[in-house]
Amino acid sequence: MRVVAAMSGGVDSAVAAARMLDAGHEVVGVHLALAQSAATLRESARGCCTLEDAGDARRVADRLGIPFYVWDMAQRFREDVVEDFAAEYAAGRTPNPCLRCNEKIKFAALLDKALALGFDAVATGHYAQVEEVTDAGAPGGVRRELHRAVDPAKDQSYVLGVLDADQLARSFFPLGDTTKPQIREEARERGFSVAKKPDSHDICFIADGDTRGYLATRLGTAPGPIVDSDGEVVGEHGGAHGYTVGQRRGLGLKVPAADGRPRYVVSTDTRSNTVVVGPEELLGVDVVEGDHLRWCGPAPVGEVDLGAQIRAHGREYPARVEVHADGGSDGIPERVTVRLAERVRGVAPGQSVVLYDGTRVVGSATIASTGRA
Amino acid sequence: MSVPAPARVYLDHAATTPVLDEVVEVVAREMRQTGNASSLHDPGRRARRVVEESREQVAEALGVRPSEVVFTSGGTEADNLAVKGTYAARRSVDPARDRLVVAGTEHHAVLDPVEHLVAREGARVTWVEPDGDGLVTPDALAAALAADGGPATVALVSVMWANNEVGTVAPVPALAAVAREHGIPFHSDAVQALGQVPLDLSQVDLGVVTGHKVGGPLGVGVLTAGRDQAPVPLTHGGGQERGLRSGTLDTPAIAGLAVAVTHAAQHQAEHAAHLGELRDALVTGALALDPGITVSGPWSPGDTTSRLAGNVHLRVADCEGDSLLYLLDAAGVACSTGSACQAGVPRPSHVLLAMGVPEDEAAGVLRLTLGHGSSRADVDAVLAALPPALERAQRAHAAASGSRTRRSA
Repeated sequence: MRVVAAMSGGVDSAVAAARMLDAGHEVVGVHLALAQSAATLRESARGCCTLEDAGDARRVADRLGIPFYVWDMAQRFREDVVEDFAAEYAAGRTPNPCLRCNEKIKFAALLDKALALGFDAVATGHYAQVEEVTDAGAPGGVRRELHRAVDPAKDQSYVLGVLDADQLARSFFPLGDTTKPQIREEARERGFSVAKKPDSHDICFIADGDTRGYLATRLGTAPGPIVDSDGEVVGEHGGAHGYTVGQRRGLGLKVPAADGRPRYVVSTDTRSNTVVVGPEELLGVDVVEGDHLRWCGPAPVGEVDLGAQIRAHGREYPARVEVHADGGSDGIPERVTVRLAERVRGVAPGQSVVLYDGTRVVGSATIASTGRA
Repeated sequence: MSVPAPARVYLDHAATTPVLDEVVEVVAREMRQTGNASSLHDPGRRARRVVEESREQVAEALGVRPSEVVFTSGGTEADNLAVKGTYAARRSVDPARDRLVVAGTEHHAVLDPVEHLVAREGARVTWVEPDGDGLVTPDALAAALAADGGPATVALVSVMWANNEVGTVAPVPALAAVAREHGIPFHSDAVQALGQVPLDLSQVDLGVVTGHKVGGPLGVGVLTAGRDQAPVPLTHGGGQERGLRSGTLDTPAIAGLAVAVTHAAQHQAEHAAHLGELRDALVTGALALDPGITVSGPWSPGDTTSRLAGNVHLRVADCEGDSLLYLLDAAGVACSTGSACQAGVPRPSHVLLAMGVPEDEAAGVLRLTLGHGSSRADVDAVLAALPPALERAQRAHAAASGSRTRRSA
């Protein structure tokens, strides 16, 4: 096959490209330029798309002897990921921009351009596995399933939960059967200069990792009250959009709790610009309503028992999932209700809930609201 | 493993050219010798003789005196020395001369020193706007000199001899005459012009050529500086090259450069005639492929004086140059989009923008440049590879820009 290897300049995508080449594919390396303007060599060095990262990716491609190009998707990235991120926070939700980027950029804009140029698929350095299963109903009699990686510490199937069957059919994740230390060793053996390069963390377009500072710059400050669950004002905040459910630090509460116990953000309301705090027990939720459904394969029908994961490296909880087919046009399910087997803390609207059947990713939903049964 | 076929058709001579066999021989011969051209002993004298004979050959080929030839590490260094050095020298004599008058279509080797002087040294710049073909006229230059405080405020005029992207050849003698009327030094980057148009660098006060565009070695170039020009040097040290460019002379590279420059000058007429035929076949064939294709800059069949004989610059509607580049590379054709890039990210070319090309039409660009060794078979191969590449590149453009909502839930 003719494959575009998305190369961030990191160690994972470097080995992924090499493995695709070893597997006999015709591989071309593509680095996505996502930052609007990279003024310095190390700007946004914690994430992707600095000049240094582009250079690292190019070095690996040269070593592999494959063509290498930089595709400028900065405008798409700004519109579909960065602006969306700010708008979600402004609306009082907590988005995951990595899922958004996978859905809108890596496996959409990048994949579409690659297909148009005559490529068959995109390969990335995500830790996840794809299994092919026989399915008489699928095109060619084969359906591809997305599964967790063998390395639970690195498993990235969560951020791929937004891929639909079409996208999955054209995606390769060659690292899913290997652990991260083995990948670093393999990179060293292959002589890649990036073998010891640190992992990227946090959000690539927030260079210093200070999400709250970034949001304050983007969305401005708007002082408002922090209240307890009785409605009593116990402090002041600089803008409800800067707070996340479950947050404990940095609240600066003026009035101590009657029982002296720590208090947490239990909800935010950006319309009234109010932050509500309360004791730990108010944090737990066990009912999650989700919309913006994405299925990695056939959509489940009715009520099914699945696993639910709510954060990128969070635990998976047993859950009963009810798919409501009534909400959408053309009978397309529009919402899900996820009833968790136990109460889970720090679940915020805007986060993604990814559903699993064993190791298989079933699909994902964006959390619209939470509650307690 | 199967990777795209290695490039077999090389049409990027404006980037660099295959080194001539004679050059390889001379460079190898000199690399086997020991000797610093500044040393007084026999090996040093031998090296100096090679350098000075090379200087005489280069001077002869470029129409200047040997004492006016300054060897540098290439075109970029020579342009920097001409622009920054002359600005510093002129302004220290007359602080009122703080203005540079520069064509908007210059190479970055000129643009960036100018922008550096503006940002760091208090210089002002007046850009000479070209016409829609990228041509700078004497009237436009005269108007730019008269603007912003008049000719008495101008330190230097810079207009390139031939443009590296679209191949437009400037009327340099007429432009230099305009500057000379006011006693202003005239600098011209002639890197692309060498070997393709008759070149007489005695027409300009400061001229620049480089070896590797004409089959010479990389890393060696020439600044021709008239005897009354005294640019402030960029590097200080042993005082070589009239004190303008300190550093031990690279005897093998200079000897190779002399062979290549001499060859380029001696064969210029027949070379231009040959390349012009290939260029015209390529342009004619490309224009016939797709109504969305246009040629940038001046072009009329048989004319190798207003446009470089080896330059083809095409603009293609609704596609990106880097897609075309990839697809042609995969088909065995090496070419370019012609514009500089940052970290490989294509940006609209400043040359096209200066020519008045709208930003969205400056994306789908392809520069195919012919040189010694190019043949009719190369032209035929490109014309065969272009139609499928165009079709795919246009689909990729639609996919990357048009399907914004397709995958949204």
